[in-house]
Amino acid sequence: MNPVILYSVGVLALIAAGSAIILFLVAKKFKVDEDPRIGEVSEILPGANCGGCGFPGCSGFATALVKGADKGDISGLACPPGGNETMTAVGEFLGMTVEESAPTTAVVRCNGTKAKAPSKLTYEGPTKCAIAHTLFSGENSCPHGCLGLDDCVEACDFEAIYMDEETGLPVVIPDKCTSCGACVRACPRDIIEIRPRGRKDRRVWVACMNEEKGPIPMKNCKVTCIGCAKCFDVCPPVANAITMGNNLAFIDGDKCIACGKCIVVCPTTAILATFEPPKPKPKPVTEEKEASEVKK
Amino acid sequence: MKLKTFKLGGVHPPENKMTADIPVVPIDIPKRVSVIMSQHLGVPAVPVVDRGDKVKVGTLIGEAKGFISANIHSPVSGTVFKVDGVTDATGYRKNAVIINVEGDEWEEKIDKSDTLLKEIKLSSEEIIQRIKDSGIVGMGGAAFPTHVKYMFPEGKTADTLVINGVECEPYLTSDHRVMLERPDEILVGVSIMMKAGKVDRAKIGIESNKPDAIKILSEKAEDYPGVEVVPLKVQYPQGAEKQLIKALLNREIPSGKLPLDVGCIVNNIGTALAIYEAVQKNKPLIERVVTLTGKGLKKGGNFLVRIGIPAKNLLEKLGEEIPENTGKMISGGPMMGKAINHLDIPVTKGTSGIVLMSEEESKRNKIQNCIRCSKCVSVCPMGLEPYLLEKLAEKDMFEECEKEDIVDCIECGSCSFTCPSSRQLLDHIRYGKQNVMRIMRERRQQ
Repeated sequence: MNPVILYSVGVLALIAAGSAIILFLVAKKFKVDEDPRIGEVSEILPGANCGGCGFPGCSGFATALVKGADKGDISGLACPPGGNETMTAVGEFLGMTVEESAPTTAVVRCNGTKAKAPSKLTYEGPTKCAIAHTLFSGENSCPHGCLGLDDCVEACDFEAIYMDEETGLPVVIPDKCTSCGACVRACPRDIIEIRPRGRKDRRVWVACMNEEKGPIPMKNCKVTCIGCAKCFDVCPPVANAITMGNNLAFIDGDKCIACGKCIVVCPTTAILATFEPPKPKPKPVTEEKEASEVKK
Repeated sequence: MKLKTFKLGGVHPPENKMTADIPVVPIDIPKRVSVIMSQHLGVPAVPVVDRGDKVKVGTLIGEAKGFISANIHSPVSGTVFKVDGVTDATGYRKNAVIINVEGDEWEEKIDKSDTLLKEIKLSSEEIIQRIKDSGIVGMGGAAFPTHVKYMFPEGKTADTLVINGVECEPYLTSDHRVMLERPDEILVGVSIMMKAGKVDRAKIGIESNKPDAIKILSEKAEDYPGVEVVPLKVQYPQGAEKQLIKALLNREIPSGKLPLDVGCIVNNIGTALAIYEAVQKNKPLIERVVTLTGKGLKKGGNFLVRIGIPAKNLLEKLGEEIPENTGKMISGGPMMGKAINHLDIPVTKGTSGIVLMSEEESKRNKIQNCIRCSKCVSVCPMGLEPYLLEKLAEKDMFEECEKEDIVDCIECGSCSFTCPSSRQLLDHIRYGKQNVMRIMRERRQQ
């Protein structure tokens, strides 16, 4: 065999061995003691690095969980994409009990579709909600409504929001939504909200963010909340889920029992739901009325 | 003789000053006016009147709140109808005082006569106080409260008063008409400002496309010691304070500094007139000259408008309607103004004009890729790199934007105007600038 090859192989082997020894020593000397549990917790987490938990990535959240477990308290920490399943697994691993939280999803609180809130002008500026929001009130002139320029769609890492071309509004796919909150942060008008998914996927929300008195928004949009408080009046006392403020109704997703009464009474159909609302019953004749009729 | 101008960057958009020969006409007062409480830069004024209160012309209705803020006075006499939100030029609702007009009764202290009062009786401090009380703001468009410019921080003095008669925005002619029709008042106003700022020379910069204004002001200025009229070469954005100082005095303001750091105070021609009226006639800022123009209109016009009158009344005065092919309506000039979606917006202290642009003029071209021609760099009057700032702002890289001095941008729009690929440079830079300024504010608070 050619001695040049032999020398080369020999020299390279020596360099490799030398480097290996140096690397071994360096690795020993500068070894960082990391809690092995952090790595293992990270394995359990979904690994989406969405930031929905409020920490930078899954490993950041894992570190927080392990630190919390050492202190004996991991309440308030939750992984939105993983949901209860992941958190129970993490809890078992760390030997902690985890509170079950109701599954949540993002909802779009604007129903100003192209048909119901027609465009009054054409916008030719940058197709970014954050920029358009500072320039003008929107193509339909509603200063609280959806601008429809895709900021939430781009923010979503899970492809759970798409833009409906026909309506010009974003649509959330609840089964894909992990309620990480990226879209909530992206929306310059705070239209998207994280709400409980509700029992049997039944949820009701006010699809409007307008804060002006009735007649003003009605010029721009036919399905605006005018703050008439009719929904507030019919909400059953057991639930008491509706609050009024700034000419706007708000349904508390935790308290709502999804009876659907508010949907029926809303004069502008500003309340949306994931189920068919009950049909309004013919008004029952009350005893008082009967009594008055008897007197006549 | 070679005319002076600023050296770095600049563009020359078509001037289209079609209304330069049309004299200013007052607008009739309508039945109801809406006076917005945030007409100036800074904190909105706080309404001091309520439903049912009687007001006269010149009655204080909004009080300045905070250091950078301005008083607001009633432009009409009548009864306050309500204090409520009114849509302004941006489309958002702002707090406003809505007044039902009854007659035209003025506050007794206001001198309504036309006689020219040359003698300045007030002292420097009294003048500044009067400017503050009268709610005077910069009339060029930015509406910065004027008195703040004269309250020097410790250890700083000015040596030159710079008066901006440039009106570099295309289409607008309101300052031009004021210079032609009220030259004596302007010059007395300039003397008052010189006294207030304790300076002994003033330079009035006027672009050479207004030879009649240069002539009339130069002739009259001979009677006023220290006042000099300087003709300037036509170039946009010469009306920006940094560029104007560079053109007139060849002084450069360092990044992040104010004109006062190089010994200058800069005010607009319209402000000089408003200060004359406030100091000599005791008349607060209740009206201004507004240009209404556009190629679709048979004839535009310059109007003396009380604050709060809807912009559509100007069109009614002309006896015209919005032309059919109007593509865009702009409050302010076409370069820096804001597009508006209806003409019901009330005129504010900063409304210098309403421009109706045809569809062909206003349509943005298709956005194409940056071809790295560096035209935007060569026209930027602040020496920035707009193509780079656009890219950084688009990707939300605000730290890098800050390093590239995005806050120095004066938002003149020369880069967007000149870009052969019709890229939306200014839109993105403005977005980046807003965010960088927010981040800097937050850092300062910490």
